[in-house]
Amino acid sequence: MSEDTSRPTPPPGKPARLLPPDSGRDRPLFVVASILVFLACLAAIGARGAWSASEEWTADLRGAITIQIRPVDGRDAAADAETAAAMAAVLDGVAVASARSRDQSAALLEPWLGGDLPADIPVPLLVDVRLEDGAAPPVAALEAALVEAGITAAIDDHARWIEAVARSTRLARLLALGLLALIVGAAAAVIAFAARASLAARRDVADALHLVGAEDSYIAALFERRFFLLGVKAGAAGAFFAAAVTVLVIYGGGGGAEYFLPAVAITPLEILALIAAPLFAGLVASLSARLAVAEDLRKRW
Amino acid sequence: MTEPPANPAPKALAEPVVRFDSVGMRYGRGPEILRDITFDLPRGSFQFLTGPSGAGKTTLLRLIYMARKPSRGLISHFGGDSASLSRRELPHVRRRIGMVFQDFRMLSHLNVFENVALPLRVAGRKRAEYAEDVAELISWVGLGDKMDAQPATLSGGEQQRVAIARAIVGQPELLVADEPTGNVDPAMGRRLLRLFTELNKLGTTVLIATHDITLVRALDVPILTLADGRLSVKGTRAA
Repeated sequence: MSEDTSRPTPPPGKPARLLPPDSGRDRPLFVVASILVFLACLAAIGARGAWSASEEWTADLRGAITIQIRPVDGRDAAADAETAAAMAAVLDGVAVASARSRDQSAALLEPWLGGDLPADIPVPLLVDVRLEDGAAPPVAALEAALVEAGITAAIDDHARWIEAVARSTRLARLLALGLLALIVGAAAAVIAFAARASLAARRDVADALHLVGAEDSYIAALFERRFFLLGVKAGAAGAFFAAAVTVLVIYGGGGGAEYFLPAVAITPLEILALIAAPLFAGLVASLSARLAVAEDLRKRW
Repeated sequence: MTEPPANPAPKALAEPVVRFDSVGMRYGRGPEILRDITFDLPRGSFQFLTGPSGAGKTTLLRLIYMARKPSRGLISHFGGDSASLSRRELPHVRRRIGMVFQDFRMLSHLNVFENVALPLRVAGRKRAEYAEDVAELISWVGLGDKMDAQPATLSGGEQQRVAIARAIVGQPELLVADEPTGNVDPAMGRRLLRLFTELNKLGTTVLIATHDITLVRALDVPILTLADGRLSVKGTRAA
């Protein structure tokens, strides 16, 4: 059947790509994936902020106790406060103890009673006791010492507040993590849907490869590679904008919004998360594509 | 143009390349397209598959080249029960079958050379290993000057030859062609038939599905006829 007499020469060059260029077909997916990665990064940074804030709040409360010196006729409350501070300071686990002056205590009451309290109004004096890291509050020892010294006082180890704050922050963490999981799930679902659509658009390629004896993994790898790169690019774009917004929130001044927003910060952990986001997006995209292709191929023989 | 039977293989000595045993096939919950199909494709044989349009020829071919699973019955390829093959084993069995599709199934973004080389590429062969063989094969089917051409720029006959070259490049033991002369003129049809008989003489089992009676009459070989989903086998045209 041959019509050629000379020895045929194969065309030069490398093997062509088996999956043709997408010709803009994947652009909408890129935009959607970028937005989802952007939201996921913000949710992650927010979750981390909520986590850090809750850690700080509870650590602050756990690391201190307050002695309230009650005004008693015939006793010098200020002297009692100084004595209580001195007794507390020598107890095990106490880092530092300091008595607040009457003016400082009055300042705390100012929002409720107003300024310039008459001198004859008894004001309970407070003693701040800072504990060493991880030390248990020496409530019993302190109580015993105060009783022995004849000081009428109440000791607040903040247990009531710690529980309330811990409950609130647990909820905040769960909400932030739930939001993060939802966004990551949505991103994976969108990418999986797109992978199926891309596969449907390139069924001719999958069919031809399948029928000439390509293994499922070989066909899946073509789609995986494309979606991995798409995920990485979309992830990089989303992470970049998330970083920009975070920097803007931290350094741009929130007009008071910082009191309501989680305490966002750019720490090495956030930077690591932003760097990992494109890789993670690429892996999610590639896994989604693999599952979609594998499912399609399994329907055939 | 009658030619002698091409490389007839003694059935008793050779294990069939494909065996169907009471095979039935339906799509979804639709009616049965194929019913109780039982036949062998002996190794080295050359057979035609005929029947009117809608008789189920394409469905039967799909079962042979393992694009679909049968609804019932047993199919064995190269002596092994095909239903028991794992997904890892399936591609290796498929590589022993060359398939020429009626619509060619070329990859439009690949040139002739890349299309023909596809089975070798997916089998993991390096370009340097197969490039010269593929170029020689393309020349053999008369397209040596069109290796760089895209499928869309080729005529129907040329595309058909590219499809044939792709089907045989991996030296399959079984070559299945679905209406291979459907898109070509009679002269090209005769050339393609000669190509198939040459391959058969080299030891390839050949099954050609066609309703081109001229093609069927050209060779004195067994004819499988499908009608109403049932298959009958005639020994040879002359029989």
